[in-house]
Amino acid sequence: MRVYIEGVGLCGPGLAGWAASRPVLAGAAPYLPAPVIAPPSPLLPPNERRRTVETVRLALAVGKEAFDMAGRDAAQTATVFASSGGDGATIHQILETLATPGGEMSPTRFHNSVHNAPAGYWTIAARSRAPSTSLSCYDASFAAGLLEAAVQATVEDRAVALVAYDVRYPEPLNRARPIAAAFGTALVLTPGPTAGSLARLDLVLRRAAAGAPAMTDAALEALRRGTPAARSLPLLAGLASGAARALALDYLPTLEIGLSLEPAARAAAVGPARDAMAAAR
Amino acid sequence: MELSGTMQPLALSCFGVATSLGAGRAATLAALRAGSSGLRPSTLDHAPSPIYVGEVPGLDAAPLTGDLAAFDCRNHRLAAMALRQDGFADAVAAARERYGAERIGVFLGTSTSGLQHSEAAYRRRDRATGALPADYDYARTHNTYSLGDFLRASLALAGPAFVVSAACATTGKVFATAARMIAAGLCDAAIVGGADTLCATTLYGFRSLNVMSEEPCRPFDAERSGISIGEAAGFALLERPVAAKDGGGVLLLGVGESSDAYHMSSPHPEGLGARLAMERALAAAGLGPRDVDYVNLHGTATPVGDAAEDRAVSELLGSATPCSSTKGCTGHTLGASGIVEAVFSALAILHDMVPGSPHTRTVDPAFRCNYVVATETARIDRVMSNSFGFGGANCSLLLGRA
Repeated sequence: MRVYIEGVGLCGPGLAGWAASRPVLAGAAPYLPAPVIAPPSPLLPPNERRRTVETVRLALAVGKEAFDMAGRDAAQTATVFASSGGDGATIHQILETLATPGGEMSPTRFHNSVHNAPAGYWTIAARSRAPSTSLSCYDASFAAGLLEAAVQATVEDRAVALVAYDVRYPEPLNRARPIAAAFGTALVLTPGPTAGSLARLDLVLRRAAAGAPAMTDAALEALRRGTPAARSLPLLAGLASGAARALALDYLPTLEIGLSLEPAARAAAVGPARDAMAAAR
Repeated sequence: MELSGTMQPLALSCFGVATSLGAGRAATLAALRAGSSGLRPSTLDHAPSPIYVGEVPGLDAAPLTGDLAAFDCRNHRLAAMALRQDGFADAVAAARERYGAERIGVFLGTSTSGLQHSEAAYRRRDRATGALPADYDYARTHNTYSLGDFLRASLALAGPAFVVSAACATTGKVFATAARMIAAGLCDAAIVGGADTLCATTLYGFRSLNVMSEEPCRPFDAERSGISIGEAAGFALLERPVAAKDGGGVLLLGVGESSDAYHMSSPHPEGLGARLAMERALAAAGLGPRDVDYVNLHGTATPVGDAAEDRAVSELLGSATPCSSTKGCTGHTLGASGIVEAVFSALAILHDMVPGSPHTRTVDPAFRCNYVVATETARIDRVMSNSFGFGGANCSLLLGRA
C-alpha cells in the first residue's frame, strides 16, 4: 500500500507542535520533557468548548495542526481516530460515582465517556459529514489506526486524516493501565502525491521480525514504550530526518507493519505519471 | 442484475447471535415471526428503576474457564455464547483451514466492552488504599480492544484485528472496515460483529439524558417515550462469494458511513447525516432507492430520533417501502445493534419476512414511512439496515439475496 503524508500534528511532553519538535526528533536538538498543554480548541463553539475533556482537546489540537499544514478542507476529509482507551478522568469519575450510593451521573460526562467523543467533537468543529471511525487496539492502537487510514485512502481513493491520542488514567486505574504521558499525533494521508506532499509512505503488513526501532534518546524511548499513541515516534522521527527510511511498527503479537518512507521531492518524481503531474501543478 | 457500485459484494457465509429473544438462528427466527419481545421489568442490581431491559439469561452461571479465564466478564461471556451458535466456530475453523489463520481479520465493535466488570471492581476497592482488587485485569476485560483479543484467542486467528467503538453505529461500521481490508488484500475473510452488555454506566447514563422509557420501548409510536436498553452479541463471517462453501445465501452489497456534525448526543433533527449514510450505501452497492424491499430502522423510540429517521427514510425512499424497528424485540443493544439487526435483516431475506414491532400500538400519524407493526410474510431481496450513534456517527448497511 502506498500513501502520501501531507500534514503532521504533534502534542506530547516537550513536543509542542511539529515545527518545534522536528529538530528534537531528528536528533539535532536535545529532548527536554515538559508538561503537555492542549488548550480548548478555537474550532468549537463556546458552549461545546467548555465541556471538552483532555482527549478531545489533544485530538482537536493535533488534528488542526495537521490540516493547517496540509492546507486541506477538514469538512470534506474522512477521519480515523485511534486510542487505547477513552478519557481516563471521565471513566474514573463515572466508575466512582456509580460505586457511591446516591451518586448522580452527569449527562455531559456520559457522552464524554464514549470512545468516539473526540471524533464527535471533531466532526462538529470541522463541520464534517465525512465518514469517521474510532478504534482501539490496546498498545498497538497507532499501528491499527495507520493501517485503517492507509486502507481507506487506497481502497476508497480519498484523503484520510489519522488522529491518535492517549491520556493518563487517575488512580486506581493508573496502576491497572499505566500510561506514561498524554500524547497526540495526526497525519493527513492522500492516495496520490500532491503539491503539499511531505513524504511517500509504503506500508506492508507482515510477520513480526525486527520490531520497531528504539528511539536514540532514552527519555523519548520511555515515552514510546509507555504511551500507545507515542508508538508513532519512530515514524515521526523518520519524517523529521528528511531522509529515506525503512522501519517497522509493532502491531499484534505475530504481526508488524513494515514502513518505507521517502521524502517528498523524490516521492513526486517516482510517483505515477498522472499523479506526478497533479503534484507539479 | 448487474451492479455498478464501488464495493465488491461479500458473502455472510455464517452468523451467530444471542439476544434477549434467545440464542441462535432458530430461536431468533421464531421470536421475530411471533412478534415476541425480550423486554422485561429490570431486576438488575445497581440499575435505575422502573425500567424494562432486554437481558440475556444464563450469563451469570457461565464463566469463562481454562485458557480464556483471564477474559472472564459479562461482555465476553455473551460473545462466547454467540460464538457457540449455529456452528459458527466450526465455520471459522473451516475458513482457517482454507485461508490460514493469518489471512482472517477480526474487526469487531463494542461500546460497553467490560465496563460492567470495572463497575463491580470499583465497588470492591480497598477501603484504606482505594486500590482495585488484585484480580482486576484491565487489558482483558475493560479495554475496548479486549473483545478482539478474546475472539482471536477463542478462534485461534492471527490476522489483522482491531475494535471499532463509534457508539451505537459501531457494529455496522465494522462491515465497511472488513470489506476494505479484504479489498486491499490484507485478509481473505473477516469476522465482523461485536457485543454490548447491560451495565450501570449506560443505564444511568441514558437516564441522565432523559431518554429512557419506564415502559417497554415503542418505536415510531405516537406515544413513544424513549429507549429500553438490551444486551446482545453477534458475529458474521465475511468472505468473497465464490469462496463461501456453505453460502448462507446473503450478501453484503454496500455500506454507507457519515457524520452528523451536529451534536454529541442528539441526532440531526432533519436526519441529514442519516440520509447521507443511506445514500452512500446505495452508491456503494450501485443500487437506487426503489431497489430496497425493507428497511430495518435504527428506531430507538426517542421522540426526536424516530422523527428524524422517518424524515430521512421517507424523503430518500418514498412512503411505500416497508420499514420497522426491532428495538421493541431486543431493546436498544447499543454497540451490538448493528450486527444484531444485520442478522435480523439476513433472516428477513432468507425466510421471506418483514419483522414486526412489538409494543408499538399506534404509529405516529405525522410519520410518512410505511411502518410495519405486525410481522408480515413477503419476499425480501434487499434490506437496508440503519445504525446511528452518539457523536453523530451513522452507518447504513445494504444486504441482499445471493
